[in-house]
Parts: sequence; structure tokens; C-alpha cells
Amino acid sequence: MQTILYDGSYGEFLCAVFDVYDYKFVQVDVCTKDRFKGNIFDKVHHVHFNKEHSDRVLKGLKQKVSAETLFDIYRAFLSEVEGIENTLLRFIQYIYSNKNSVEKDFSHPAVIAIADTVKKVRREKHRMEAFIRFQKTKDGMFYAIIEPDYNVLPLIIRHFKNRYADQRWIIYDTRRKFGIHYDGTNCSEITIDFPAANIEVNKDETPLDEQEELYQKLWQSYFKSINIEARKNTKLHLQHVPRRYWRYLTEKQVML
Amino acid sequence: MNDRIQEKLSILADAAKYDVSCSSSGSKRKNDSKGLGNASNGICHTYTADGRCVSLLKILLTNHCIYDCAYCVSRKSNDIKRAAFTVQEVVDLTINFYRRNYIEGLFLSSGIFSNADYTMERLVRIAKKLRLEENFNGYIHLKSIPGASDELLAEAGLYADRLSMNIEMPTETSLKLLAPDKKREDMIKPMTFVKNAIIANRGEKQLRVKKPLFVPAGQSTQMVIGATPESDWQILKLSDGFYKHFNLKRVYYSGYVPISNDNRLPAFGTPVPMVRENRLYQADWLMRFYGYGVDEIVSADDPFLDMQIDPKLNWALKNLHQFPVDINKADLSIIKRIPGIGLQSAYKIFEARKFTRLTWDHLKKFNIAANRAQYFVNLKIDDWLRKDYSPQQIKNFILSAGNSKFASNHSPQLSLF
Repeated sequence: MQTILYDGSYGEFLCAVFDVYDYKFVQVDVCTKDRFKGNIFDKVHHVHFNKEHSDRVLKGLKQKVSAETLFDIYRAFLSEVEGIENTLLRFIQYIYSNKNSVEKDFSHPAVIAIADTVKKVRREKHRMEAFIRFQKTKDGMFYAIIEPDYNVLPLIIRHFKNRYADQRWIIYDTRRKFGIHYDGTNCSEITIDFPAANIEVNKDETPLDEQEELYQKLWQSYFKSINIEARKNTKLHLQHVPRRYWRYLTEKQVML
Repeated sequence: MNDRIQEKLSILADAAKYDVSCSSSGSKRKNDSKGLGNASNGICHTYTADGRCVSLLKILLTNHCIYDCAYCVSRKSNDIKRAAFTVQEVVDLTINFYRRNYIEGLFLSSGIFSNADYTMERLVRIAKKLRLEENFNGYIHLKSIPGASDELLAEAGLYADRLSMNIEMPTETSLKLLAPDKKREDMIKPMTFVKNAIIANRGEKQLRVKKPLFVPAGQSTQMVIGATPESDWQILKLSDGFYKHFNLKRVYYSGYVPISNDNRLPAFGTPVPMVRENRLYQADWLMRFYGYGVDEIVSADDPFLDMQIDPKLNWALKNLHQFPVDINKADLSIIKRIPGIGLQSAYKIFEARKFTRLTWDHLKKFNIAANRAQYFVNLKIDDWLRKDYSPQQIKNFILSAGNSKFASNHSPQLSLF
């Protein structure tokens, strides 16, 4: 078994794909350095980022698949599911090895596996667009904390930038320890140790806008009023809003 | 002051919650002006404890009402707390909820105070203020008030993404019985006006004249189910007519929640007909997305939907001669009709069979409901065995293998009073 180690970035992953062809590796296991457990019998190859290499992989793919599928490869990569690199590699190899377009051949194990993963990532992205709750601070910044199952923050930037074009905001992923800051014009990545990483604990220290509590309270009270007791259906409710998302949902906190 | 606004919100959200629609999709309003918000794909921001999507701030401007419709909590004769928002209060709530990503926009309805136009004018004023003064591009759904004038509807259409007019009852007879102050023609006339205005607007757009959006997410309506004795056939016929002749985007079915002692209605404690409501939505989906004609689903001779099984399975059992379907050859339109195979799996089958001869193992990976599909495709069960199965047997196999998503405490049918 040939192990290929990379740093977890999409760029280096594409270089890993390049190296598989360049070195004619067979029976490979592409793995991030963090996850690698080490096996003395494995041959280990370390990927070094080379923009020319990653560009060539992308260029090759562009000639074979639609823009949507190309983006699906990135989406599936962001799932960070263990072993996704190997599934993606098999997917890419299948695409390269065929003259005709095979991106929709759902009978192929790698194609269907990627389609299923993409579906999960898209659902998580959509959930973040729905479940993010901003809190307004004294200086007019709107901030939100998230802990998505998959690394979907890169996928939701555009949505929030278009929607909240006239307000400054920060969305911070505490699990992956990075965030996006929009200053009213541009978005940039931030990796500061955000002080409100635990909103429940730090409530007293967070300098919130004086109306923030009022609107949280109004939202909670709205949420309570619209329930129809005669139709109670907890199973359906949990299906739509699984418990792991409750932590950051204003309407699920104890009434203020 | 803060307590007062909270009380108003509780009253006026509570009064609005029986309006089912919470859709925020189908519009195409962009945030070109670097203002606040956009309306595009529809997002459910949370779900109530009963599992309904919460997408919009759904409130009444006021629950004062001059009408006395028996099925409505806000009816004149009902002894409840009344309240009314000011224009500014609705604007502030909408903007502040929106900025925190609680909602996709506003769904504003109202009790009728004074008269139809007076009420409609207030609704329009709020939408106008949000659009023009607050530069708000989020979703706005306004209720068309029965009997409102064409001029006000035309103005409403400029600011709203969706307009809706609730037909309330499936038949005019029921409407007369339960809502004696309302006339069906007062509902149909505004719907017709809006329909024609949308078509006219679309026509002008084709001339490449830069025109403003006009009700980009279209019209919808709602009827109360289970308060009156109409059959599913009557209900779905009406929906079909709305889709075909009024270009409606959605018809909503609202299972009656007992809120009154009125002897014209099911008594307090009667269970909400949730299964029936669900079956109606399934039938509605079959008409809109799967290419079924209304007469294939219910008919004058067989006017009620089966409560035990969904209408798609029901159709298949009645048309067993069309099955089993050859997965590798059949038209996409018939693959969509196989019970247990939805639009997504049908699409995967359609694409994948261009490469390989599909087997049952492939199908299972396409997330089909194998429990149902196995009786209707050519891959799983031997033909000689299948020939012996009657529709009733297949129905029993499927029912005993699956566990219904409905707990037994939900009554399938309206219990008679």
C-alpha cells in the first residue's frame, strides 16, 4: 500500500491526485497528516503544494465534466469524511479513464458515493443558511457561532454576503477554528480565538447591543405562539431540527 | 412598552398561525442596491414543535374583524383579546428579525377592519415602506383581502413577492354556511385580476422593456379540510382548476383545528385530520410534479383517498396491468410512477442505465423504498410468483412490512359529531 500524506487543503489534495499519475502509484491511500496513524510497512509519499500541478488536474477535469460536477468534487471534499480522498481519487480516475462523459454513471460505486456525500454536504450548507443566528454587538457587528458537521463555511459565504450586504458580520466555526468576517465590502478569513466561542458562558462579557435581548425575547415569544398544540409531532420536529443544532438556536434557549 | 409589543406579537402571531403557507421560494428578488436581503430559494429557519416550517414572520396586522366566520379564531363573536400593530412596529420587527437571520421575510395578513380596501391599503403601506424606505429585498407575502379594489392589488403586486387569497371552503355551499359574510366571487375576482396582471407583466418583459417585478412568486390559496363534508374528489378538482386556470403556485390544505363550540363545526377535542391532510398534499404533489391527472387519483365513483396507503401506491395497485416496469427500458414518465421510487431515484435510474444494465443492487443504492418498489419492477420478484399476487395481497405485504409514520392517536377521518 502506498500512503500519500497531504495537509488537508483542497490545493494539496489536487496535487496528490497529480502525484498519483506522475509517480504511477497504484493501491494508494490518500490521507491527511493529522489523521495518519502510521504503519511501518507502508511506503509514505509527502505531497508538496505546486500550483501548476493542481491547475493541471483542474484543467483536465474541466475538459471532462460539467462545472456543476467539478464543484461537486469540491463539495464532497469539504465533507472531510474519513476516506473521502480515496473515493474522490477513484471518481477522478474513472472520469480520466473514459473518453465519454461518465459523471452521471450512478451504477459506478465511486459516482454514487460522491453523489450521496454531496447530498449530505448540501443539506448541511442549507441548514447553516437556515440555523445561523446573529447577535448584534454594541459596535453594530452581527456575529454567529456555528459547529457544522461538514466544513460548509466556505460554501455559505456568498449567500450571506449577498443577503447582508449592508451590515458587518462574522460567522465563526468553533469546531474548525476559523471564521469569515465581512466588513461591509469584502469578506476575509479570520482565525482569532473568538471571545464568544461559548455564548452561554460568556453572555455577561459579550458587549451586546442594548436591543439585542429584546429581539431575542420577541423571537422566542413568537416561536412559542405559533405552535399548535393539537398538532404536536415531536418526531417530525426532531427530523427537521436535530438536537445537535439547538445549542445555537435562539428559540431553543431558555426564555429570557 | 417592550411588554406591550411582546403581548401584541403573541396575540397576532397566535391568530395568524392557522394560515398554513410559509413558503418563501419561487421569487427572484435580488439585492442589487446593496440594501438588506434577497428572496430566492426559500429557507425554513426553524420548525415548530408540530413540525411545520417557519420561514416567515407570519402575523396579522390586527385581529379585530367585522366578519363572523365560524371556523376562524378571530371571528367577531369570539371573546378574545384584540390587538393591532402600528406600521412602524411591523417594519421594526421584520427588519430586526431578518438581520438576525431568524426569517426570510414577512407574511402579513389581517382581520377586516372597516372595509376591504381600508384593510388592504394598510397592508400595502407596510410593504411599500419596507421596500422603499428600508431598502428591504427579503420575501414579502401579502394577503389579498376579499373584495379589495384592482388599484390596491396592482400596487400590492409591486411590493409583494406573493399574494394569496384563501378560498377557505371547498364549496360555495360550505362557505355560505360557515362564513355568511364572505362571497366566493369577492375572492375569485381579485385572484383573476392578479393572474391577468402577472401575465401582462410577463408579456411586457418579453418586449425587453425594463419592468419592475410583479408578484414574482405568484399566487396561492388555502382551504380548510375536515370542517365540512366535501370529498377529496371535490377538493382536488378545485385545486386542479386553480392550477390550470389561475396559474396558482400552491394550494394549501389546512386540517381543521377545533377552536369553537359552534354546532356547525366538529366539536372541541375532535382530532385534527392530519393523515387526510397529508394524503391531500401527496395527491397535490402527484398532480404538480409527477404528471398525474386529477381523475387518475380520485373520481366521482371513488371520491375519497385511501388513508392507509399513499395515492401513488393506490394508483399502482389499481393499475397492476401496467406493471412490472422494465427499469432498463421504460419511459421516465412511467418510472416516476413506480411506488417507492421518487423523482431523484428516477433520475438516477434514467442516467445510470445509459452505462450499464441495472440490477436490483444498483437500485437499492439509489435510495429507493425497496419495500414498495420490489412489487412493481422487473428485477426482484419472479414473474411467475408475481402473477399470483392480488392488489389486496400486495397492499397487505407492504402495510405489514412498513411502520406507518402516523401514530395511532391521529384519527384518519373526521369523526362525526
